[in-house]
Amino acid sequence: MQTRLNVASTGVRTSPKLVAQPATVHEPRQTFRRLSRRSEMGALVGAVVVFVFFAVLGGSKFLSVGGFAGWTNVAAELGVVAVPVGLLMIAGELDLSVGSVIAASSMTLAIASGYWQLPYPVGILLALAVGAIVGLINGIITTRTNVPSFVVTLGTQFGMAGLTLGLSRALTGSTNVSVTPDPVSKSIVGTLIAGQFETSILWCIGLALLVGWVLHVSPWGNWIFAIGGDKESARAADIPVARTKVVLFVCSGLGAALVGVIQTSLYNGAQTAIGQSFVFNSIIAVVIGGVLLTGGYGSVIGVILGTITFAVVTQGIYYTGWSSDWGSLILGILLLVAVLLNNTFRRLALATKRQRSVGSRKDRNGNATTRTE
Amino acid sequence: MATPLLELSNVSKSFAGSDALKDISLEVEPGQVLCLLGDNGAGKSTLIKILSGVHRPTGGEVRVSGTPVNFGSPKDASVLGIATVHQFGGSFPLMTVERSFFVGREPTKGWGVFRIFDKKTAAAISVSAVQRLGITRITRGDQIVGSLSGGERQALVIARAVHFGAKVLILDEPTAALGVKEATHVLRIIMQARAAGVAVVFVTHNVLHAMTVGDRFAVLIHGRKVDDFRKGERSRAEITDLMAGGEAMAELESELAQYELDAGESR
Repeated sequence: MQTRLNVASTGVRTSPKLVAQPATVHEPRQTFRRLSRRSEMGALVGAVVVFVFFAVLGGSKFLSVGGFAGWTNVAAELGVVAVPVGLLMIAGELDLSVGSVIAASSMTLAIASGYWQLPYPVGILLALAVGAIVGLINGIITTRTNVPSFVVTLGTQFGMAGLTLGLSRALTGSTNVSVTPDPVSKSIVGTLIAGQFETSILWCIGLALLVGWVLHVSPWGNWIFAIGGDKESARAADIPVARTKVVLFVCSGLGAALVGVIQTSLYNGAQTAIGQSFVFNSIIAVVIGGVLLTGGYGSVIGVILGTITFAVVTQGIYYTGWSSDWGSLILGILLLVAVLLNNTFRRLALATKRQRSVGSRKDRNGNATTRTE
Repeated sequence: MATPLLELSNVSKSFAGSDALKDISLEVEPGQVLCLLGDNGAGKSTLIKILSGVHRPTGGEVRVSGTPVNFGSPKDASVLGIATVHQFGGSFPLMTVERSFFVGREPTKGWGVFRIFDKKTAAAISVSAVQRLGITRITRGDQIVGSLSGGERQALVIARAVHFGAKVLILDEPTAALGVKEATHVLRIIMQARAAGVAVVFVTHNVLHAMTVGDRFAVLIHGRKVDDFRKGERSRAEITDLMAGGEAMAELESELAQYELDAGESR
């Protein structure tokens, strides 16, 4: 099916009939090309490779229900943080404060409902409020001052860690507070289904669906991509850049606070030092997931795949019989390989059309003669 | 004579006491291309920023269709149909054509919070809008903008501005970074916008490009308008001389001659 279209020169407009409709022919090669330019391709390859790797080395134990629960639980908690952090990164901003937000919200819940004996749902609301407020502060400072979010959130990360530690000790005299959730709250946020699957898995799936809808289906997703792609052009297109970013920072804070609530409910207590590993782990998951660190590119399914990859590596190592000391080494290598892979896929995506343009000819008048497929 | 769509009278702009622009008067009518010529630092960017609502003039008046206006923000300018296209701005390299075209003005299906981005409509409109400008290589809405050539990206942004009702199109050095063929393409698009009745302000330092499409010309040097003429009233050499500041060129030539002389003596 090759029709030749001769493009008219100056002044003469292409008649509407010649306006090509989207191609209807789907050759396998074309399908591959279209797949390969999706941002989550690298993450998909990474997830499959590590899964097969640990399935072979870890054997039946890794593939058992217990093994499955092991990495899905880790992935789910990380995903609840990584999905909103990924969304923020697509909009071109980082959030390094999630670690302290988890600690602060956990302690808020434990102190409010454990130490002060307030109703557990009230404690949950207070904990989420802490996350939202930190997000709000991050967002407002970043958008008002133009200080990079890296620095702003690094500041709140340390500030909140100190505040949490200081206030906890001042109020309760301890850095470790226990709390007993009411049965309903516990069953919603912090229990094990079938004895081994955390409810956070459901929260993570729900969150991913919601954020996936916002990013890829709703019109707001377009704003997020545009803001991360080119802030000035987005502003010129009348997008409320600052407001959108503040909302995304609040979402990121809420995600971290939710993990704080989940962990506190699961372990019936909180410590001031928990959650700090989430800062870099969430970034690793998001970057493996194909989100561009500088923004403007990425997908929710990619972030989820990145999260799964991370969890499979950190948990899979226990089933191999190797010392878990090597886990970080594998993660480091994986991160670099994933980023290189993602860069390659992105370059492929950007090159698809150019390669074809080499094939299209120009006639003597310099008018492009293109082929429609 | 038609009322000028956009008119500047004695517009000045000073930053911290120094004049970036002084007494600039310009006008552009619908279906006309006004070329703003000038070397780097001549005040072209400041002028564009005044026209697009980024800066407020410190003196003089800007009128749109005869009515004095006072832009508080770029939005005020765009509401009145003034669209500015920067050299690389306005297109998002990692977004698809259909998404990039509708950034900030997404077509939606559905209701309330459950509205969804109407991809089909976006693809159909964006592809036909760029094809109307003669860019036939863009055939699918899901092509990534970054895979397009510089000229095609310019076309996409211009098509977008025209589609959303731009009456005045300010093009900031649209051909500066392009190859010869690509630049020709952009010039063709300018002519098509002109034919559609859009008033175009074409900012460039390329005399040839300006002479190809321009109806009216204004030359800026050090924030002042030094010449103002219509198509055919000046030769290319005259304009080039004027832009380079005439004297400066002559000075440079005599200096070079002196160098050659010195080099001859020392040998």
